[in-house]
Amino acid sequence: MAGTETKSSGGRSKGPSKAAGALKNVPKTVEFNQDEELKAYREMLMIRRFEEKAGQLYGMGLIGGFCHLYIGQEAVVVGMEMAKEQGDQMITSYRDHGHMLACGMDPNGVMAELTGRKGGLSKGKGGSMHMFSKEAEFYGGHGIVGAQVALGTGLAFANRYKENGKVSMAFFGDGAANQGQVYESFNMAKLWDLPVIYVIENNKYGMGTSIERASSTTDLSQRGASFGIPGVQVDGMDVRAVKAATDYAMQWCREGNGPYILEMITYRYRGHSMSDPAKYRSKDEVQKMRSEHDPIEQVRARLLEKKWADEDSLKAIDKEVRAIVAASAEFAQNDPEPDASELYTDITL
Amino acid sequence: MAIQILMPALSPTMEEGKLSKWVKQEGDAVTAGDVIAEIETDKATMEVEAVDEGVLGKILIAEGTEDVKVNTPIAVLLEEGEDASAADNVGSAPAPAAAEAPAPVAEAAPTTPAAPKAPVDVVELADPEVPAGTEMRQTTVREALRDAMAEEMRADERVFLMGEEVAQYQGAYKISQGLLDEFGEKRVIDTPITEHGFTGLAVGAAMAGLRPIVEYMTFNFAMQAIDHIINSAAKTLYMSGGQMGAPMVFRGANGAAARVGAQHSQDYAAWYASIPGLKVVQPYSAADAKGLLKAAIRDPNPVIFLENEILYGQSFDVPVMDDYIVPIGKAKVVREGSDVTIVSWSMGMTYATKAADELAAQGISVELIDLRTIRPLDMATILQSVRKTGRLVCVEEAFPICSVSSEIAFQVQRDAFDYLDAPILHVTGKDVPMPYAANLEKLALPNVGEVIDAVKAVTYTA
Repeated sequence: MAGTETKSSGGRSKGPSKAAGALKNVPKTVEFNQDEELKAYREMLMIRRFEEKAGQLYGMGLIGGFCHLYIGQEAVVVGMEMAKEQGDQMITSYRDHGHMLACGMDPNGVMAELTGRKGGLSKGKGGSMHMFSKEAEFYGGHGIVGAQVALGTGLAFANRYKENGKVSMAFFGDGAANQGQVYESFNMAKLWDLPVIYVIENNKYGMGTSIERASSTTDLSQRGASFGIPGVQVDGMDVRAVKAATDYAMQWCREGNGPYILEMITYRYRGHSMSDPAKYRSKDEVQKMRSEHDPIEQVRARLLEKKWADEDSLKAIDKEVRAIVAASAEFAQNDPEPDASELYTDITL
Repeated sequence: MAIQILMPALSPTMEEGKLSKWVKQEGDAVTAGDVIAEIETDKATMEVEAVDEGVLGKILIAEGTEDVKVNTPIAVLLEEGEDASAADNVGSAPAPAAAEAPAPVAEAAPTTPAAPKAPVDVVELADPEVPAGTEMRQTTVREALRDAMAEEMRADERVFLMGEEVAQYQGAYKISQGLLDEFGEKRVIDTPITEHGFTGLAVGAAMAGLRPIVEYMTFNFAMQAIDHIINSAAKTLYMSGGQMGAPMVFRGANGAAARVGAQHSQDYAAWYASIPGLKVVQPYSAADAKGLLKAAIRDPNPVIFLENEILYGQSFDVPVMDDYIVPIGKAKVVREGSDVTIVSWSMGMTYATKAADELAAQGISVELIDLRTIRPLDMATILQSVRKTGRLVCVEEAFPICSVSSEIAFQVQRDAFDYLDAPILHVTGKDVPMPYAANLEKLALPNVGEVIDAVKAVTYTA
């Protein structure tokens, strides 16, 4: 399905029956083979360890400003990455380190950007919230809540314009799901049948406000209903469920059916940002998620149960990941700050 | 009693139109709501409906007549039983005063009889971008903008136009006339009325390698989208360390039109000009509109292209050239002079040009600069002129506080302090929301008299 079936103009071919099918047919989960389980384990662990290190460097004053950690939500981006094809784009909010690592961006470059150094992916001029990579098809890193939804719709517009068969994935949180421009984007995406997956990472809190206190309806997968955009809720703590739903949504988009919404039910273990003590939720609530739904522990348990790995081999992976993260922290602390001359570069071409 | 039917105004800026067709003929009975004639403006063909009942007694303006001023009597309607001769009496009545052009504002100029000076010659300078002997064609700003887009769309597959009513309707102000026919719906795209959303979409498309032209029906509506223009388009190149940006054009009508009130009458040049990462262009003539829009579409940066509704219908000489480009960032010395420098742009040029004419007749030699680009500011051209004349007046329609004039004045006092023989003055829109009433609106905008006053003040000839 190399995706050459992209339509050249937005016809209205789909009736409600197809949209209904689009919901019914989504597999709840899939079985992973050994390679997939090991890949998922390693990728998620990389994000977890990287974010823990970033938290540590923040505490040491080496990272400034805002720093929004992705710990707890790793299965979402890793499962989606496993379903994407070369050339499919990702765009997200300021909680973006996990997406960058999943896309294959260099951990040294990401960490050095967090510390504001010359070797950072944006030469130290973007910071935690603003990194980009054309090669990795990662389009940022956006600090205005909801802005990436319209931008990601534009990436899909470009895909259709170029007829390249690619799909754009626009990630946003449950907080952003109430922004007006999200619905302006939904409308155009369906009107023109653009190949975009709207990924709502519902971690249950928009900063300190729970979804129940901010949203008149809390099943966010249905927020596209009035535009004719199908959507499903997905167990965002199970990387297999994420991959299964994404495979389905990808095919839906590539076949020219227009946008699709995936509401990933997930959880962030840390505060909204490093400066948030997260007093709006109980320790028990966090602990329960960690002990019963942790995305990495789920994979680990399956690997051991199926004897696809043993404690030693998992320890080896952990050691390898820790080494990469430690090296990135080392690089990010020793790399020089950008030259003063960089102040006036990259403003206009 | 016979009733005069007057040439109607069909849009806020319409001053005249062509009476293209009489649907009813002399002697035909007419009831209210009947279409009696068709009128063509530069934007559209519209039907004229009868308001009163009666018999079309006499047609005063033959069909096919061009340039019929608004409020000119075009026909006489007779009441039932009235004799056709009644039409003649009405027809000979004087035309209402509304058909006149706006009262000349120059009369507001002080008439203090300074020592009469001999008139000075007006020295118009040729455009350095145009080779001598190039054929010129009278073109409206509207057509020039359309031609620029069409030429660039022919040259580059990545260029597309999106906005409200740009395709099937042919443009709310008819700027995109004919583009849908030539380029199809893939590249000329009608959007929903959702500026925030479609601007973000277009910025995303630019980041992915396309070259969008976003048309705002007016820049007043772009305030809904200003987050994407500034935070997403202008800053991405910097935030990404040069890896990606938004090569695109945001264009549309900007500034005051006529009688459309406070929310539809604002000049945004200073707003956008304060943002690093943007270029801001604000042309006056049709030639500059064409050459600068082509340059803007090719520019690898986000460019704010501010047009003016009142200028759309005005005609100027445009060089007939295969690829006429006016570089962004270059002001143009329109007239050479020695006593005072006037810097203006867009609609401001209409006041500045008339004032310069009148001042020449009074013996004051004005060097007139059309700024054309607001960011980057061509301070070199302004400074060179001020060092020669020692005096500067800036003319713009925007609000005075933190205006483009303020910035020019700051830079000139910093870089040419010793050359100044008088304080720098500006003539701007007044520091009030745009009022609706015709007299108040006129007071809120700059006028020729104010420009003349300012020049006389800085030349101490008042």
